[in-house]
Order: sequence, then structure tokens, then C-alpha cells
Amino acid sequence: MRTLTAKRPASVGAYLLVAAGLSWLALVILLPLAAVFIQALAKGSEAALSALKEPDAISAVKLTLLVAAICVPLNAVFGLAAAWSVAKFDFKGKGLFLTLIDLPFSISPVVSGLVWVLLFGANGWFGSFLEHNHIKIVFALPGLVLATLLVTLPFTARELIPLMQDQGSDEETAAVTLGAGGWTTFFSVTLPNVKWALLYGVLLSNARAMGEFGAVSVVSGHIRGLTNTLPLHVEVLYNEYDFVGAFATASLLAGLALITLILKTGLEWRYAGELSASRRH
Amino acid sequence: MVGSISRRGFTLGASGAGLAMLAGCAPQGPAKGDVQALLNVSYDPTRELYKAFDAEFSKRWKASSGKELKVNQSHGGSGKQARAVIDGLAADVVTLALAYDIDQIASKGLIKPDWQSRLPNNSTPFTSTIVFLVRKGNPKGIKDWSDLVKPGVQVITPNPKTSGGARWNYLAAWAFAQKLPGGEATARSFVQQLYKHVPVLDTGARGATTTFVQREIGDVLLAWENEALLSIKELGPGKVETVIPSSSILAEPPVAVVDRVVDKQGSRAVAEAYLKALYEDWAQEIAAQNGYRPTSAAVAAKYASQFPKLNLATIADFGGWAKAQKAHFADGGVFDQIYKGS
Repeated sequence: MRTLTAKRPASVGAYLLVAAGLSWLALVILLPLAAVFIQALAKGSEAALSALKEPDAISAVKLTLLVAAICVPLNAVFGLAAAWSVAKFDFKGKGLFLTLIDLPFSISPVVSGLVWVLLFGANGWFGSFLEHNHIKIVFALPGLVLATLLVTLPFTARELIPLMQDQGSDEETAAVTLGAGGWTTFFSVTLPNVKWALLYGVLLSNARAMGEFGAVSVVSGHIRGLTNTLPLHVEVLYNEYDFVGAFATASLLAGLALITLILKTGLEWRYAGELSASRRH
Repeated sequence: MVGSISRRGFTLGASGAGLAMLAGCAPQGPAKGDVQALLNVSYDPTRELYKAFDAEFSKRWKASSGKELKVNQSHGGSGKQARAVIDGLAADVVTLALAYDIDQIASKGLIKPDWQSRLPNNSTPFTSTIVFLVRKGNPKGIKDWSDLVKPGVQVITPNPKTSGGARWNYLAAWAFAQKLPGGEATARSFVQQLYKHVPVLDTGARGATTTFVQREIGDVLLAWENEALLSIKELGPGKVETVIPSSSILAEPPVAVVDRVVDKQGSRAVAEAYLKALYEDWAQEIAAQNGYRPTSAAVAAKYASQFPKLNLATIADFGGWAKAQKAHFADGGVFDQIYKGS
């Protein structure tokens, strides 16, 4: 990993290449991001703030936070368990298991939403059972949670697996040899070894959980004030010609992305050694 | 009543407890105590209309029954919304773009088959029609349907598979061309030509309006009259103007109580009162102010200048929605044939 050391560009060509890369980045990322904030403030900060104080906006923020608060810990636990089993043990079907973890990366978010409608919708496999027992899943919080869980599933696991594979199980073996039990080994050896990578995964999956649009759009039902998450609320406002409101809300999400980025960079800079090999600078 | 209210008030609540992971995490819905909630699942362009109507109706409902009422709204393409109700979105009332979409819900047993005869005017409290929206000054000189297929004209209309408004657009175009020499065959080739001039098919009417007005794509938008009037009001008269074609179609967006849902939730009384109120003069005024053609003669007379008279075909000319849907918009229907071929 460290054989290719970065150095100052030596020739004009190298400088041009760097310039081209930076302008591309400015065009594709910085410009749209700036547009969000500029649009949000088009009618002054008062207008933008009042859009965020709307009851529907507040309930969208609450709902988004709630969905993330349920999904992120669940996926963190799953990610730890998955990485633990993949890194520390050999078992049949490991390749298939790893592929399945990656599946949410490759399926379209629309499908990630639609599958829950097919399972739990009124005409779905379990539809009549759920209706009979007065259980609501799609077009309510559980559906939003399931859709978000599905799309954010790989994030933590994917961060932890390479690191834990890298670390091997020598330290755990030593701990067990010295008489530590399973949980003691986990909390005193394994968890401290991966804590920064875990946090990194949690950050990424949190950003995705709060920002997901496609999958939650399918299962939301779009009831304003009840089942609209922040990204869906942005769409509602945009469709109501409330462009300032839409972009003010969007800038909340963009702000979340920026905070995530700063924390992520901080983690990479401070704890490079303890993040997985692929993240080292 | 209270039991049913808390259950529906925020379905996230008790009902979510079926999933163990959610137990204890359920938030308090806005429906607390004696607040009754009603969910109106509607189509795209009615957002502003029902925002105004819901506020006024809740006030009147409180005055007459003493109960707080919170009307919740969901909006989207009409066909998509019907699908969501069929899939379990617990709408007390549906107010959709066309009867066919409500028929779809009825065919699954959620609404009784006689729904359209339960309220006046085929359960249509107000009507609309399809008009053109063009850029300020009408630079392409668009006056009638035949101008839409001239070279270099780009037409914006949503996808008739998902949007009710788009189906009215399509049928209005068809009705115009059908009167030309050649009848059906002319109509078919005219509509085929027309869709060759469509650069993007949005899923709903509101998306198409945003494409035209905000993203400035296309030369003419086929729009609900109310949507055209609203976008001029919202986005400033300096940008776009309406053109009334020589003929169009009488669009009847109907309303219905979702029987299965209201009986389960005990909300039939308020749901029926809600829809009946749409026919009262105060509601008809709100409709007219939002660009819908009132069915009340008194209100219609008052707002006559806002709604120019034009020749209107009706859905009956196509043999009703069931027939029109099957012939034109079902899989393999005329729309599929001409759109694939274009």
C-alpha cells in the first residue's frame, strides 16, 4: 500500500491532469452543492428558516431521525456479527454470504421498496394476516424502517470485514487461552480493535439512512406530517412550487452530508492505522 | 371511536408493535385525545385546493360536531395513488383524477360498485378541462391541437400509464383529431405524431408542470386548466400564458368514500360529510378560486369570466372509462402500439 508515495507534480502535464480533476470535481459536486444553499437563501434566511419551522417539516425531521435511530444500531449489530463470523471463522457458503451482503449495493432502491409492498401490502403474501391482526407495515413506520434497513445493510459490515480479516484472530485466541470468556473477549479485545472502523461504518449508514429516497418513497404513502421523511418532504415542497422551502430542507440534508464528510475525514486522519487497510492514506 | 382513532391516528403506533424491534419506539402521533383523523388520498394538482378546503372543513366540522378533525393529505399520480390504496394505504376518501382509478379500487372490493351514483354529477363535485400552457408571448404561435405536431414544437405531457391528467390529455387530442376527415385512423396517426414531439414523460401532472415551467423544457404543456391557472399564479404571469384550443375534453375527477377503510375505522360519518361538503357553495368557491370549474350554477355564474366556453368531448364519447382504458391505455393498447412505434 505504501510503495506509491505521493509527490509534487513534476511536469506541466501532471499539473494539467490535477487541474482537470479538480475542475471536474467542482462541476459535478461543488456547483450543485452550492446551488442548493444559494436557492435555499434566495429569499433570505428568514424564508428558509420559516420553511424549516413548518409542522410538516418538523415531523419529517422527527420521522427521519427516528428511522435512522432504529436502523443504524440494528445494522451496526448485524455488521459486527457478520464481520465477526466472516473474519474469524471458516464456513461453507462464505462466498455466497459475502455476495448477499453486497446485494443492496447493486439492486435499485425502487426494488428495495417494492419487495416490502409485495410481502406486506394488502395484496401481498402476508397482507390478509396483517390486516386481520390490525398490523400496519407498509405506508407506516415499520415499512419505512424495513426499506431503510435493506438499503443500509452493507455499510457497517463492509467497513468491518476487511479490517477484521486483516487483524486475524490471534489476539482473541490469546485472550481465550488466558481464560477470558466469549463476551469478555469481545468487549475487551475485538470491539476496541474495530471501534473506529465501526464508527466509520455507522456514519456512512446513518448518512444513507437519512438521505434514502427511492426505497422509502415506495413504502411511504406520502401522507404529509405522518409518513413523509426529509427527502420525501423536499419533493413535496418542490412540487408545490415552494422552491425556497424545498432547498432549505435539502440544505439540511446537504448539511448532514457535510458533517458526515468532516467526521469521516477526521477519523481517517486521526485513526488511519485502526481503519481497514483500504482506508489508509 | 377513540380506540379506532388511536389506531389509525398514527399507524406507526400500536399497530407497529407487531414488529418486536419497534416496540417502545413508536412515536406519539398528532392524533391525541379526541382528535379525529381523516386521510384523503388524492392526485397531483389538488394540493392547494385541499389545503384550503381541509382547513375550512375542519373548522366547520368542529363547529357542528364539537370535535377536532385533522385531515391528512397524500398526493401523487392518480394511478399510482389508486395502486397504493389497493396495496393498503388506509384512505378514508379518495379524490382521484378519473373514475377508472376509483373503479380499480372498487374492483378489489374496497369500495362498493355503485360508488359513482352515491353523489351528484357522477360523484364529481367540480370539473376541469385540458388546455395549453405556452411560453410568454407564444413564440411558436400555438393556437390549436394541429399546431402541436408542427416541426420543432416540443410538447410536455406526463405518462398516461401513471397519470390521470395524461390520459385526459391523450383523449382530448384524440377527440380533436377524430373530427377531422378520416376519423379513427386520422386520430391514431395524429396522436402518434403528437407523442413523437414529447421529449420526456413525467409520472404525474405536477412533475410535467415543473418540467415545463421550472426546468424550461418544451414549447407547450398540455395541462389541467386548474394546473395552468395555478402555475401562472404561483410562478408569475411574466413567464407563461394559457391557450384555449378549439376543442377539449370534459375532465371529471370523481370522489368516493373507501367503504372497507371507513367501516373498519369507524370514520364513515365524517368521510361522507367531507365529500358532501365539496358540493356546498363555499367549497365550490374554493374550487373555482383554485381553477376548477364549479358544478354549482350560482358559483359557476360568478366565476364565468375565468372559464371560457369551448367544445368539450366527454368520456361517454369513448364509451366510458372501462372501454377507453382497455382500448387505449391497457398493456398492448393503442398507446403502447403508437409509443413503441414512435
